[in-house]
Amino acid sequence: MVPVPCRVMRTYQETGDTFTLELESLSQDGFSFRPGQFNMLYIHGVGEVPISISGDPHKPESVVHTVRVVGIVTWGIKKLRRRDFLGIRGPFGTPWPVDLAEGNDVVIVAGGIGLAPLRPAIYDILARREKFGKFVLLYGTRGPSDILYFRQLEDWRARFDFDLHVTVDRAFGPWKGNVGVVTTLIPKAHFDPVNTVALICGPEVMMRFTILELLKKGIPEDKIFISMERNMKCGIGLCGHCQFGPHIVCRDGPVFPYSAVRHLLGIREI
Amino acid sequence: MTYRLEANALDRLFKALGTKGYVIFGPTVRDSAVVYDRIESPNDLPAGWADQQTNGSYRLVKTDSPAYFDFTAPPQSWKRLLFPPSLHLFRSHRRNGTLEILEEEHETEPMAFLGVRPCDLRALAILDSVYLNGGASDSTYRQRREKTLIIAVNCTRAGGTCFCASMGTGPEAGAGFDLCLTELVSEHDHYFLVESGSAKGESCVSPLQAREATPQEQTSGREAIRTAAAAMGRSLQTQGLPELLAANLSHPRWDQIARRCLACANCTMVCPTCFCSTVEDSTDLSGAIASRTRLWDSCFTAEFSYIHGGSLRPTIKSRYRQWMTHKLSSWVAQFGSFGCVGCGRCITWCPVGIDLTEEARILRGQAAEHV
Ligand SMILES: Cc1cc2nc3c(=O)[nH]c(=O)nc-3n(C[C@H](O)[C@H](O)[C@H](O)COP(=O)(O)OP(=O)(O)OC[C@H]3O[C@@H](n4cnc5c(N)ncnc54)[C@H](O)[C@@H]3O)c2cc1C
Ligand code: SF4
Ligand code: SF4
Ligand code: FES
Repeated sequence: MVPVPCRVMRTYQETGDTFTLELESLSQDGFSFRPGQFNMLYIHGVGEVPISISGDPHKPESVVHTVRVVGIVTWGIKKLRRRDFLGIRGPFGTPWPVDLAEGNDVVIVAGGIGLAPLRPAIYDILARREKFGKFVLLYGTRGPSDILYFRQLEDWRARFDFDLHVTVDRAFGPWKGNVGVVTTLIPKAHFDPVNTVALICGPEVMMRFTILELLKKGIPEDKIFISMERNMKCGIGLCGHCQFGPHIVCRDGPVFPYSAVRHLLGIREI
Repeated sequence: MTYRLEANALDRLFKALGTKGYVIFGPTVRDSAVVYDRIESPNDLPAGWADQQTNGSYRLVKTDSPAYFDFTAPPQSWKRLLFPPSLHLFRSHRRNGTLEILEEEHETEPMAFLGVRPCDLRALAILDSVYLNGGASDSTYRQRREKTLIIAVNCTRAGGTCFCASMGTGPEAGAGFDLCLTELVSEHDHYFLVESGSAKGESCVSPLQAREATPQEQTSGREAIRTAAAAMGRSLQTQGLPELLAANLSHPRWDQIARRCLACANCTMVCPTCFCSTVEDSTDLSGAIASRTRLWDSCFTAEFSYIHGGSLRPTIKSRYRQWMTHKLSSWVAQFGSFGCVGCGRCITWCPVGIDLTEEARILRGQAAEHV
């Protein structure tokens, strides 16, 4: 339950309200984690919040998080500068089933900050790209200025083995890309539905509609995975806060196969 | 082997525990209620007090009986001694730009819990399954639990809101005690049957200088417990209940319960198995030293499920549903047993007298009608 102090190496602004934080690895062997897992980040005297790990699992020398400022703790994280300290506990939770997806096409659908927990899976897949079939990333965000990892998305889009589409809810100015919610990208995407694994992260409504579209395309239920968000105080299955029906999200999730949560997703206030 | 200990020799048990270095916690009367607190001798026990409990009401009454353990489940359970309502977790020191975070040390003395009711005994086993098993464990709970000696007392009187018999948790103590007592009072006899359930418990028996109980005395003990079981006014039909509740999350009954429930959280506070907690962070005036405290929490508050943008369970309906389905349905998936031991506390301490056994019965009946 006690966080380990950890030093900030770098921070950089991603968008107006979102920034990325690079922390020094905790031990000499580096920080190892699996894509989809999260850490609890503690700000001295302010609080502790769950934040997904957004870095490259093959670069254990640093711990990377991408944070959207929404309240007191995330604001406290934003105020950190190079060499400042914060406390960290983790990694916690279940990973994206990247290994299981080998031999399949992979479709990743991300909404807003939901791209952060999916980025380690993207790194992981690109690191052994030949093991997978088609690789599609569909990413939707509010507006052109809210696009996360802009440079990196441009680099990735230049690859011939990565089919990447971005859409925004609303566009002003010179935006020439897609406008509309992320689900509108699904019918146009190319993949072999029965042999596709889908990884989804974003607001709950976005995930619900995305699942419906993917099922319509013919992706089997047991090959669809989502990452759930709940209030978390402990991260280790002891505080009870993150319950989602029978699931303790910090321990049994955050990544769930759709088949395990299907009966709960439509129920209000569960 | 079962022993017979004269009631007027009960102080030998206190002495034996004291010699072994145990601090004794047991029932005593305070502010018109039985509470579990430090006790020194049989004089501190609630002799001649019995409770009257029903939906939304608890009253202690004086009786003519010399019985020490004539009360049933009191408001608080043992959980507060193992899982304190407030606990400092760590202190964070900020000096010259660095951070040092030190776990708070908590002294733990060996404790003897004297008078653990069968339902509460089972509740401890359930808390163990939450805090000690699985990947993570709670270190304070573990330290305290390992140093705790448990002396159960079988129930020979059913409380007004109890339903342990239907939950299979009482009125006779199941596994997990070190010693188990059955108190027997008749016109000219008052004694305890004593059984040990562990080596630790066995080692407390010889200082009692108790003789072996006769078969007749043992039969009297069993009969007294059976009488309590037969007198129990409430029951919960558990068969198929987890599935039934999971399949009825949108049942209209939840709206009706919500009209009565005040979301006061009493039920979660008195429940011997509710384990939810939150944390609070604070700093000293200079801001250099921060500390984190863990506090009991309840799924009946709106903040409990808060995530950026608002509470996920803004209505009382969804919070009552969370509570009841956790106790009687999801708990089974999470920890392999019900989260309810049938102690009846949540019925007694509900200010509007909501009874979960009644709600379960109605849901079962109406769900059946719907099929
Ligand atoms: C598994 C998981 C992974 C996450 N990954 C990221 C990520 O990579 N990047 C990111 O920006 N955000 C992520 N979040 C959301 C992030 O935890 C919240 O935005 C953050 O807790 C808000 O805290 P605050 O104090 O700034 O906000 P406030 O609104 O002031 O919240 C007050 C308190 O409520 C609780 N709380 C509020 N929102 C949430 C929430 N969404 N989830 C859990 N507890 C909450 C926290 O205890 C918080 O301190 C993740 C959440 C979960 C559960
Ligand atoms: S839910 Fe009620 S009856 Fe069941 S253990 Fe908790 S307080 Fe006792
Ligand atoms: S019923 Fe509510 S307070 Fe009790 S353990 Fe379950 S979620 Fe926590
Ligand atoms: S965050 Fe505490 S149980 Fe999941």
